[in-house]
Amino acid sequence: MVGDSRQRRYWVQTRHLTVALLLVWFLITFVLSYFARALNFSFFGWPFSYYMASQGSLLIYLLIAFVYARWQRARDIAFRSTEGNDDQFPSQA
Amino acid sequence: MPESISAALPARADPLAGERSFFRLLCRYYGTFTLGFFAFVMLLWLGERAGLPRVLIGYTFLFATIGLYAGIGIMSRTTDVAEYYVAGRRVPAFFNGMATGADWMSAASFIGLAGSLYLLGYDGLAFVLGWTGGYCLVALLIAPYLRKFGQFTIPDFIGARYGGDVARAIAMVAAITCSFVYVVAQIYGLGLITTHLTNVDFSYGVFLGLAGILVCSFLGGMRAITWTQVAQCIILLVAYLIPVAWIGLKYTNSPLPQFAYSSVLEQLTAREQQLAQDPQEQAVRQIYRQRAAEANARIAALPGSWQKGQIEARKKVEDLKAHRASILEVRAAERVLAGYPTSPQEARHVWQQEATEFTERAGPLMPHTEPFWSGEADPEKAEHARTVKRWNFLALVFCLMAGTAGLPHILMRSYTTPNVDQARKSIFWALFFILLLYLSAPPLAALVKYDVYTAVVGKHFSDLPEWVASWSRIGPSFLRVEDVNHDGVLQLAEMQVGSDIVVLAMPEIAGLPYVISGLVAAGGLAAALSTADGLLLTIANALSHDLYFRLINKRASPARRVTMAKILLLLVALVAAFVTLMRPGNIVSLVGLAFSLAAASLFPALVMGVFWRRANRWGAIAGMLTGFGVCTYYISTRFPFFQATLGLDPSNWQPWFGIEPISSGVFAVPLGLAALIIVSLLTRRPDADTEALVDFLRLPDLPGEGGRITMRNQ
Repeated sequence: MVGDSRQRRYWVQTRHLTVALLLVWFLITFVLSYFARALNFSFFGWPFSYYMASQGSLLIYLLIAFVYARWQRARDIAFRSTEGNDDQFPSQA
Repeated sequence: MPESISAALPARADPLAGERSFFRLLCRYYGTFTLGFFAFVMLLWLGERAGLPRVLIGYTFLFATIGLYAGIGIMSRTTDVAEYYVAGRRVPAFFNGMATGADWMSAASFIGLAGSLYLLGYDGLAFVLGWTGGYCLVALLIAPYLRKFGQFTIPDFIGARYGGDVARAIAMVAAITCSFVYVVAQIYGLGLITTHLTNVDFSYGVFLGLAGILVCSFLGGMRAITWTQVAQCIILLVAYLIPVAWIGLKYTNSPLPQFAYSSVLEQLTAREQQLAQDPQEQAVRQIYRQRAAEANARIAALPGSWQKGQIEARKKVEDLKAHRASILEVRAAERVLAGYPTSPQEARHVWQQEATEFTERAGPLMPHTEPFWSGEADPEKAEHARTVKRWNFLALVFCLMAGTAGLPHILMRSYTTPNVDQARKSIFWALFFILLLYLSAPPLAALVKYDVYTAVVGKHFSDLPEWVASWSRIGPSFLRVEDVNHDGVLQLAEMQVGSDIVVLAMPEIAGLPYVISGLVAAGGLAAALSTADGLLLTIANALSHDLYFRLINKRASPARRVTMAKILLLLVALVAAFVTLMRPGNIVSLVGLAFSLAAASLFPALVMGVFWRRANRWGAIAGMLTGFGVCTYYISTRFPFFQATLGLDPSNWQPWFGIEPISSGVFAVPLGLAALIIVSLLTRRPDADTEALVDFLRLPDLPGEGGRITMRNQ
């Protein structure tokens, strides 16, 4: 693998996507919960922190799983279609 | 239905077209099944209106659903290794997601979750966050790579990535331990539900439930479990969502209270404030304060107070008998005497519990939506209590999430999809189905609470709804009401609600027909059965595959391995039932223990195995042992039940930073991770074979490969 830039790029991109999504996950899970008392303002009639912990964050988790599956699928297809051609695999997914 | 599924299963030629037609076939079968289930419920409802007795409805639900699972299980019987261990790796993402969801949603989610939210308010949402957000970790860090690896068990992965039998053996022990703790909690729940549904004795309930588990998994392993779990997922979701929609219609005028209950929350908050001001409420709480003070005074006067109390209790019985008091009064006094502590030590223990309970009940009313609420009057103490609660909340969320990503019965599910892409999608679908239930639990808790606060609290004891009497008869752990201040009106502080009642009694609370109660119990049964199935299979597979085949008899024939797996499954199930009958600890802490153990021992080694090339065998061994050790140490020295068993004095064993033992993973995971990193760096790089495996895991799977890999020599 070491010599194959196409494979290396695939892995670097996977890592970037993973880190970006984990960051979102961390923010809505831990940062929001830490400031839960300060953030419990009224949000369309819901107490904001309560709403996020009971529904909002959950829907974002689902979105994270969706984006990851979609994005990786697209990149898998791109990866396969550029088999044997190093330069064609897009450097940005 | 299952017959045709089994018939369709062997269609292996032309993977893509085969996959698609298989998917359509499954959709048709399970679609028909869902409609059939609705018809079945409707039919029973009509039966109820025509005068069908309630017991009969309960039995019908019990035996019809278990019979259905047994049918699917028997149709899916197999002796093929790949079929037995990983359902032939042919389960489409959508259905694998359903099966994962059923695997995941246990009795604790189905029955316990809404109850915890009812009792804990915002702080209970740690379970909601932790048990859903963990899937982000599974999706991003573990599932695709496990699928790409494509073997049979979790120790398989640890064994191959780190090499050597020691790492595999440790992973196996960790996997078995956390699954076993978890399965005991499930069988316990199973016993409770069966008892509730049919009124049989608890121990019969356990064995009835056990029979239910075995018919699902014994003959067909993962294949049978997968197809029963899909059915169980449908049943449990229907059983949860129908009553929620019904009760939502009643209070929010919308069958989707998930999006419409903000108005109820507002009304609930207003009602809470009103109750907090109520003078009668305060009078009741004052009485509890006095009772707590009395208990404390008795503790302070030990052992003299113990003797005095005993003499008084004896005298009271004699006096009542002498004065020819009513038989009821004499019985009550005799009960008090019979239950009187037998020694000053026991008295201290019992009275301390009393004091704690009364102090708790004397405390102010908890606002439902306020995060990290504290009832302390002193501002400094309150601030401290809030800080401790906040950190405990975050720690619990962390442990539940990391535990989700370390629990073998969930991770095993990524082996059963046809390829990596499907494994990723399967996690999305699993989370989707899980959210159907998890998004409904908070509204359910709020609506039931609002109903209790308005339709029960403040009513005359003679006007209470019927369910109050019937559930307090069943047991004080469900519901306890007592007119403490003798004003004839029920104050909020005078009732004690158990967490299980919120879901189990909800149909009666909302005034729904009895058939819905049966449906809810059948849903709880499906939830407990499906999880117990997955867990038992995980344990039996770890024993038969990792211990027997990989470590003891490497030449065992496939047929022998499957037979071995079936025998072990039976044995493990019996042992688990036996342990359950001894009624260990309380369920929530058992489950918390399982999560912390899984998080601490398996999660770091699994993630680092993919994301850190340099992680090696010694690092993994050190990491798993440290995580497992710290976790066990913290729980066994800080958890009251184990403290009592080991004879430790709680005052010498204070929790670190006030973190509850249920969240021991918050210390164990970082320490285990640190051990893994440090020891890896101090020892040799992994060999070229291992690095090649890591590279292989990181690449997308190639067309036609389908995740099958050539086994490396170990």
